[in-house]
Amino acid sequence: MITLSDSGVWLVILALGAGTFLIRWSFLGALGRYVMPTWVLRLLRYTPVAVLPALVAPLVMWPAATEGQTDPARLVAAIATVAVGMIWKNMLAAILAGAGTLVAMLQFLG
Amino acid sequence: MSPNPTSPHDLPPPVEDAALDRVLARSPAQCFRHGMVQSLPFLIVLLPFGLLFGVLASDVGLDLAQVLGFSVLVLAGASQFTAVQLLSDQVPALLAVVSALAVNLRMAMYSASLVPWLGKASGRDRAAVAYLLVDQTYALAIQHYEMNPRLSLAQRLAYFYGAAAAMCIPWAISSVVGATVGQAIPDGIALDFAIPITFLAMIAPMLRTLAHKVAALVAVIMALLLAWMPAGTGLLIAAPIGMAAGAAVEAWMERRQKGKAQ
Repeated sequence: MITLSDSGVWLVILALGAGTFLIRWSFLGALGRYVMPTWVLRLLRYTPVAVLPALVAPLVMWPAATEGQTDPARLVAAIATVAVGMIWKNMLAAILAGAGTLVAMLQFLG
Repeated sequence: MSPNPTSPHDLPPPVEDAALDRVLARSPAQCFRHGMVQSLPFLIVLLPFGLLFGVLASDVGLDLAQVLGFSVLVLAGASQFTAVQLLSDQVPALLAVVSALAVNLRMAMYSASLVPWLGKASGRDRAAVAYLLVDQTYALAIQHYEMNPRLSLAQRLAYFYGAAAAMCIPWAISSVVGATVGQAIPDGIALDFAIPITFLAMIAPMLRTLAHKVAALVAVIMALLLAWMPAGTGLLIAAPIGMAAGAAVEAWMERRQKGKAQ
């Protein structure tokens, strides 16, 4: 349970909202007309393919739902998602493959 | 990928000319609708995720207005969960805010990578895009811009706003619905894995060159090695290393190609 007061929770919401906006606004807002050198552009090209897998990898290996224990069902579902996504280059197909695999595996191992 | 392509091997895979012309001929209103339609697959996971946030947040004692406050003012799923989780573990408010912000630091990189595409927009548009810049709108917009580098600024903005409208409004509504009807959701559904599956499904089709694959692989290995660090901080080290690895491979491929040409 959250024991923080109502106004305390609102303060958290406002601080987190303002901070998050500033993070998102940083380059677009303050440095919008700044011409970036080639090496920066080259680095930025790999932002999504580096950040999102890094965000997801620990969640796949040590899911919170199994208290950090590696779970074969979730691991296989993740592999199926990536495999289908890479082969067919289709996000929806990858999601369906991953979700379907997870449901089937949980049922099977259940 | 920059709009003024300097490295030819980097151009998007050739698309039918007719299809390309059709995309370029769209009016801003059509681009807006196009962005909305292409966002629909994301709703399959966004809606359950929003519901889940509402369920969990009301479960630990937040009221409806606070749940809506999180989803509208913060508008960042992973950090919303982080903040609520930490607050319910009695972590001090300041530390909860800092940790949740760390989860969102990756968005500075999104912001930077949109500059070549949207940097010339008005201040108000750039602020609006910043507010609406979530993983899903970013992923959708950047792949659209890369596939269609000759879109006008108005077309790019309209596409982004369409995607944002189709994803951010349902996000807020679903979290309120979750907070209201939360208890009816069966326990057996493995909703926890909705996020990993969505993110992986977004990324896999983007791994089209060796450099992209290396960037992702290095980032994953580093993230796993640094998983012992406080929530969100390992990512801040792992991701830049992955990006550097991708850039290094790209530079190496370029040099090798030049070597062959001589």
